[in-house]
Amino acid sequence: MQDNLFKINETEYILPGSRACQGCGLTLAYRHMLKALRENTVLTIPASCLCVLHGLYPITPVTVPCLNTTFASTAASASGIAAGLRALNKTDITVVAMAGDGSTYDMGIQALSGAAERTTDFIYVCYDNEGYMNTGTQRSSATPMGAITTTTPILTKEHSKKDFVRIMEAHDLPYLATTSPAYPIDLYEKFVKAKRIKGTRYMHIYSPCPPGWMFPAKDTVRMGQLAVETGIVVLFEIEDGKFRFTGRSKTMAERGKKQPIINYVGKQGRFRKMSIEQLNRLQAWVDSRWNDYLRKAEG
Amino acid sequence: MADVRILTGNEAAALGVKLCRPNVVAAYPITPQSQLAEILSRYVEGGEMRAEYVRVEGEHSALTVCISASTVGARTFTATSSNGLLYMHEQLHWAAGSRLPVVMCVVNRGVGAPWSIFNDQQDSLAQRDTGWIQLYCRDNQEIIDTIIQAYWIAESLYIPVMVCYDGFVLSHTMMPVDIPDAEEVRGFLPPYKAHTLLTPEAPRTINSVLFPWRRPNPEGVLCDGYMEMRYKLQAAMTRAHGVIQKANDDFAGVFGRDHGGLVWKYRCEDAELVFSGMGSIANEATVAADLLREEGIPAGVAGVRTYRPFPREEAAEALRSAKALVVLQKGLSYGYEGCLTSDLKAALYGTPLRIPVVDVVAGLGGRDVKAREIADAGRDAWKDLQAGKQGNRSLWLNCYTGEDHAG
Repeated sequence: MQDNLFKINETEYILPGSRACQGCGLTLAYRHMLKALRENTVLTIPASCLCVLHGLYPITPVTVPCLNTTFASTAASASGIAAGLRALNKTDITVVAMAGDGSTYDMGIQALSGAAERTTDFIYVCYDNEGYMNTGTQRSSATPMGAITTTTPILTKEHSKKDFVRIMEAHDLPYLATTSPAYPIDLYEKFVKAKRIKGTRYMHIYSPCPPGWMFPAKDTVRMGQLAVETGIVVLFEIEDGKFRFTGRSKTMAERGKKQPIINYVGKQGRFRKMSIEQLNRLQAWVDSRWNDYLRKAEG
Repeated sequence: MADVRILTGNEAAALGVKLCRPNVVAAYPITPQSQLAEILSRYVEGGEMRAEYVRVEGEHSALTVCISASTVGARTFTATSSNGLLYMHEQLHWAAGSRLPVVMCVVNRGVGAPWSIFNDQQDSLAQRDTGWIQLYCRDNQEIIDTIIQAYWIAESLYIPVMVCYDGFVLSHTMMPVDIPDAEEVRGFLPPYKAHTLLTPEAPRTINSVLFPWRRPNPEGVLCDGYMEMRYKLQAAMTRAHGVIQKANDDFAGVFGRDHGGLVWKYRCEDAELVFSGMGSIANEATVAADLLREEGIPAGVAGVRTYRPFPREEAAEALRSAKALVVLQKGLSYGYEGCLTSDLKAALYGTPLRIPVVDVVAGLGGRDVKAREIADAGRDAWKDLQAGKQGNRSLWLNCYTGEDHAG
């Protein structure tokens, strides 16, 4: 497929008036994701930034049907929707569960792992903004080492980010992909593909958050691009066990070049207390993981 | 020709569920519920029951599956016990708040710590305030019949229903059970209709965030706030008294068995010493009442079948002739008294009835409760009454409470 914005579905599924923050990476990703999934989709979401985006009863800017559920239960809720629809012979509806990193990496991991093990027919989307942003930027297990959060305010987060995508890889899913709102065509194509596949599909959206990461709201796309260009985020998909770089990461892999992480870290207020030692450790981790992916791509 | 079989409580429950034709079953095994989860698996795998069975990884997910499946229009069932029920706690509120007619069997078991697999009712009593209807069964016949009524009640009111029965005492004990005819159940229980469907045909966000006030929709119609929704649940619970009684009476009309609706009475008409309780312990109290009657003590039993909504008027009416009340219960509110004692005392408030109440905590963690011991407690209450002692008392039945044990 050619990179061409004009082939993207023109229907808007998020109308003006969302309650998300200015420059929200999630909103940008959500818009293109819903365009790819189109009609005949039902969503389930936990308490989250996404829940806030959906607005206050009885008004919502989102035109896709959506069921709210509790923080730990997003994937179980999708299991229930999928089971109910199958029992009632409504088999043409795409079931989507979508939650942040807090609800995915932390409290919701049990329900997600269970649903994936049962090969539940649904798409699970984690939008990873690297913290409990909805409650005011507290630390999650997706928060990177060295970041200031409101629960790591003085010493910064001392532990490394959990590599959650690898945990999902271990579930041997028919489709798994990483995406970024900074690359909408890449994101769109992956969701178009995910919709066509049966079984549990896991989609990871790396979602820059201006207030939480402390950068200007106008720089969301740039921050998403820098994350990819420094190798902090790697765009890829795994279809039936076959790993493939996509988009900008593919070009980078072919050219053998990536930027040093300081170009990314240095632009965000949350890293202002990061030590040189932490920076070096993070760089070493990014390099090592990048090399792992290069080896994977070779097969 | 009646179909009578010798069944355990769990077997009776499984047959009751099958007769109600749920579309989705989700369950996680826990003693003493496990057998029920297993039998339903067998029904589904063997093609005897057409349902999606989701073998979840925990009880929190079990109830979540029922909640979400119910929202797309499926009739749902789950079952659990003890800590499994506690693990569901968050979702209990979510199911009731969503007004979804989920039916769940609670096979009553003591709650850890320390571990006990044996029976008491602390598990479901601790869920009293979650907005679920709670029905307590006395025997295996009542289990199968109550499950059928539970769906009728839940789907009439859009309130979830717990069908509670005692672990081991009923769940693993065999009794003759008259199996209702499948066609007659089909006639009694119409198909489930969801009040709000999650469907692409009518997109909406369900259970989104509310502010404290009412708010107009885009057409300018003022919509409920959180408090109005909560009021509606309470109002439906009030309406539930009549609905539960009607389910009981209609069921009795079709199947010939009357389980008493909200409160059942045994030799209550002229009883001056009345026992009360829920589930199998109240059944045991009927034997104690007979023993005391033989001694010339006019004893009876007013059994509470519906614990929530609490049958305030029905209970007060059943106690009309009582001069003393002995409340037997397998669970308490620590720092106060047995849960049922408080509720019955409150039901008597404002009535002319001013009688001493003996709060009996019994059978915790499966401690055996014999009819003879219940009769002893009743006889003591009777003697106090004859001696003119009017005060309330508390008693831990068949429990060593020597001074060296206090604290």
